[in-house]
Amino acid sequence: MTRFFPFPLLLVSLVLMWLALTSLSLGNLIVGILVALMAVHGFAALQPSRPKIKKWHLVPKLIGVVLLDILRSNIAVATIILQGRRRQRKSGFLTIPLDLRDPTGLAILSVIITSTPGTAWMDYNSARGEVLLHVFDLVDEADWLDTIKNRYEHLLREIFE
Amino acid sequence: MSMPHAANLPLWAAILVAAFLVIGAGLTLIGSFGFWRLRSFYDRVHAPTLGTSWGTGGIVFASMIYFTVLELRPVVHEILIGIFVTVTMPVTLMLLARAAIYRDRAEQNPDVPVMEPARARLEEASTGSETGSRLQNGI
Amino acid sequence: MSEMIVVFAVWVAHGALALAMIFAMARMMRGPRAQDRVLGLDTLYVNSMLQLLVFGIRTGSTFYFEAALIIGVLGFVATAALAKFLMRGEVIE
Repeated sequence: MTRFFPFPLLLVSLVLMWLALTSLSLGNLIVGILVALMAVHGFAALQPSRPKIKKWHLVPKLIGVVLLDILRSNIAVATIILQGRRRQRKSGFLTIPLDLRDPTGLAILSVIITSTPGTAWMDYNSARGEVLLHVFDLVDEADWLDTIKNRYEHLLREIFE
Repeated sequence: MSMPHAANLPLWAAILVAAFLVIGAGLTLIGSFGFWRLRSFYDRVHAPTLGTSWGTGGIVFASMIYFTVLELRPVVHEILIGIFVTVTMPVTLMLLARAAIYRDRAEQNPDVPVMEPARARLEEASTGSETGSRLQNGI
Repeated sequence: MSEMIVVFAVWVAHGALALAMIFAMARMMRGPRAQDRVLGLDTLYVNSMLQLLVFGIRTGSTFYFEAALIIGVLGFVATAALAKFLMRGEVIE
């Protein structure tokens, strides 16, 4: 089974993408499955690491938390930009030690942090497990540390480790 | 400018489409304005993410509602653009940020934290306990 | 009534996105560093992609969607290549 369908999640999302780009019909479904199978086998030939999601039920919670946080920080950053120089603001770099070691989990954490306005993932040191962030509104370092560690890293560790 | 097909739109859908359009375009404008106005590169990295998160989201939602209500069947292919932008923008931003940090460190710019692995190497040199893997990984 | 609301919103969105494109282009020309210019180009790509989506709503045709998708894909590839170029000064290494 896994020999013919190596990456089932990727296969399903590629077929869905094909159907969204063309139109919903039987012919398109067949062509889409063929194209997706070819793409999945090509991807398997690259020998990527296999991420293992252990707790599926936490994935919707993670997506919800992230979407809400992105909306909130959109408003926060937009307010800061509109307020201009009237408001004293300090931005700066922040080093955070991480316990998460799973490569997929780290990749997802970096995408979450960078796509949230106000925080950007700058550098990661795998030997020390430390990440260098740049924070737009660095009022309280401990507050940001708490947000990243307890809100995202905790969930990601439960999902992947 | 006239949009004759928009007359078939029910009022609630028109208001929703208009609200999402204005919010999305407004957030993108604020992001680009901040990008133009902020002073340092590392501050400016944050501004365009407004346009790529809920700026794109708002316009994509508006387009989805508009075409779905007008054609009376779900038109969801716009969501591909939303997914695509949210997945690719962090990757480009991280690549650019790393390039900027690399260039600033090469010029020994004092605003940027020194390379962490350099400190690790110094500690190793003083204690002499760990070698090898750290040197290879800590680039 | 609903036509008027949508037409007004489409005009506002067109104007806001055009202004956003001008801001991105101004930063792209001003620099001062190469990374500012690359980020300006990327922002310009995203803004023009959104502008095309608004065009799609205005004309009621879905062809603009495909153009927007292509701009998004090309913008990503171009910015990734330029960022790689900034790291070492060579794209092929």
